[in-house]
Amino acid sequence: MKQILSFFGKRRHWSIPYILFLLCFVIIPLGLIVFYAFTNNEGELSLTNFRKFLSQPEAMNTFIYSVGIGLITTLICLILGYPAAYIMSRMRSDRTQLLVILFILPMWVNFLIRTLATVALFDFLHIPLGEISLIFGMVYNFLPFMIYPIYNNLKRTDQSLTEAAQDLGATPFQVFLRTTLPLSVPGISSGIMMVFMPVISTFAIAELLTMNNIKLFGTTLQENIYNGMWNYGAALSLIMLLLIAITSLLNSEGNAKTAGEGGLL
Amino acid sequence: MRRILSNTYLGLLLIMLYAPILIVIVFSFTEAKVLGNWTGFSFKLYQSLFTGGLHHSLTNALWNTIIIGFIAATVSTLLGTMAAIGIYNMNARNRNAVQTLNTIPILNPDIITAISLFLLFVSIGVSQGYTTVILAHITFCTPYVVLSVLPCLRQMNDNLYEAALDLGATPFYALRKIMLPELRPGMISGFILAFTLSIDDFVVTLFNIGNEGLETLSTYIYADARKGGLTPELRPLSGIIFVVVLVFLLIINRRSAKKNIKDEANF
Repeated sequence: MKQILSFFGKRRHWSIPYILFLLCFVIIPLGLIVFYAFTNNEGELSLTNFRKFLSQPEAMNTFIYSVGIGLITTLICLILGYPAAYIMSRMRSDRTQLLVILFILPMWVNFLIRTLATVALFDFLHIPLGEISLIFGMVYNFLPFMIYPIYNNLKRTDQSLTEAAQDLGATPFQVFLRTTLPLSVPGISSGIMMVFMPVISTFAIAELLTMNNIKLFGTTLQENIYNGMWNYGAALSLIMLLLIAITSLLNSEGNAKTAGEGGLL
Repeated sequence: MRRILSNTYLGLLLIMLYAPILIVIVFSFTEAKVLGNWTGFSFKLYQSLFTGGLHHSLTNALWNTIIIGFIAATVSTLLGTMAAIGIYNMNARNRNAVQTLNTIPILNPDIITAISLFLLFVSIGVSQGYTTVILAHITFCTPYVVLSVLPCLRQMNDNLYEAALDLGATPFYALRKIMLPELRPGMISGFILAFTLSIDDFVVTLFNIGNEGLETLSTYIYADARKGGLTPELRPLSGIIFVVVLVFLLIINRRSAKKNIKDEANF
C-alpha cells in the first residue's frame, strides 16, 4: 500500500491510469480490427476479406463515390468557410465571440434532428432528394468544423506581417495571396481533416437525406457489422483507416503541431 | 461598403445554418404528425411532452442520455486531469509519446472507434448495455479533457506548488489549494466539451448499446426516422434544448466579456 502511495506521489506517474485505459480501449480494439481483417470466419489467417472487396464492384464503387462526395463537400466548406473565418478574424473581439457562439450553437441540436429538418426544408422548397441535397446536408452539418480551425489560425497570425506587406506596397489582393493565405495553411489543413474524415465515415445522414437512395461507405461498414460479417467489416474499416492515415500524413507535413491543438476549441 | 458586404455574407451563412432549426421550432407549435404540415397553432405537443404517459420511452431515452453524459463527462474529467498533470511532469520523450497516443481517439472517425470497441466487447464476451456505452464515451471524451487542461498547466507557475510544499503543505493540500484553482477553467471547459460530445454522439452509442432495449436520444431518433416519421414531441424537445443552450452560452459570453473588460482595466 505504502509503495503504491509513494509511486503515485510522483506526479509524472499520474497519467498511468489513463495510459492503461488507452491501451485497453484504443490500442487493443484497433489491433482487433487488424486481427479480424486478416482472418476468415474460422479464425485462420487469410486475405479472403480483401479479395472479396476487390472482386465486389459494389463495395468498391461505394468507396470511390464516398471519397468523391467527401472531396466535393470539403471543397464547398472551404470556399464558404474561409471568407467567414477571415471576416470574423478581422472584427472587434466582443462581436466575434458572439458570432463564434452563433456558429457552434446549431451543433447542440441533435444532428439527426437537424438532418431531418433539412429534409423538411428541401421538401418545402421542392428540391428533390438526391445528390444535391446530400451534399448540401453534409456542408450544412460540417461547415462549422471548417470555419473554426481557420478562424483560430487567422486570429493568431501576426498582424504586423500583413501590415509590413502593405507598407512595402502590396495591393490588398497581393497581401492576401502572398501573406495571409500561406500563413493560414495550417488552419486550412486541419479544417480539411475535420470535414473530410467525418464525411466519408458518416452513416445515417446519407440515408436520411436521400431516402435511402444513396449509400456511403460508412453505411456499408455498418451493414456488414450488423449482419454479423465482422471479418469483412473489419477489413473495410482497415481500408478506411488507411485512407485516413494517408490523408493525415499528407496534412501533417510541416504543421503537425497546429493540427493537434489549434482546431479544438 | 466592405463592412456591409461582409456582414451580409455572415448573415446569409447563419440563415442557412439556422433555417432547419427554425423550421423545427416553428413546427413545434402545431399538432401535425409530419414535420412540414401546418394545422394551426397549438401548444399540444408541449403539453404531451411534459405529461409523459404515451411518450414514456422518449423521456426514458432523454434521461439515459443525460445520465450517460454526466457519468462519462465526470470520469473523463478526473481521468483526463490526472493524465494531464502526469504528462506535464514527464520528460520530453515520454510526453510526446503519450500526447501522440492521446490524439489517436480524436483522429479516429466515429465509426472506427465504434467498430473497434464493438469488436473488443464482443471478443471478451461482455454483454452490451449501460457500462459499455459509458466506457465507449469515456474513450472518446477524455482526450479532449487532456487537451483543455494542459494549457492551464503550462500557464501555471510551478514554483507556487513547490513553495507550498516548502512551507509545510502536504502534497494533497497543495494540490487542492494551489493546483486545482489554476486548473479549474480547463477542467470546466473539458467537462462541458465531454458532456456535449457524449449527448450528441450517435454512431459509437449505436454500436455499443446492445439490444436489451436501452435507448439514448440519438438511437431513439434514429429508430424513429427509419420507421418513417419523427415522434412529433421531439420538435418541442429540440426547441427547448436549443433555447436552454442559447441562454446558457449567452450568459457565459456576457460574463467572459465583462471579465475581459475588467482584465483590460487592470492593466
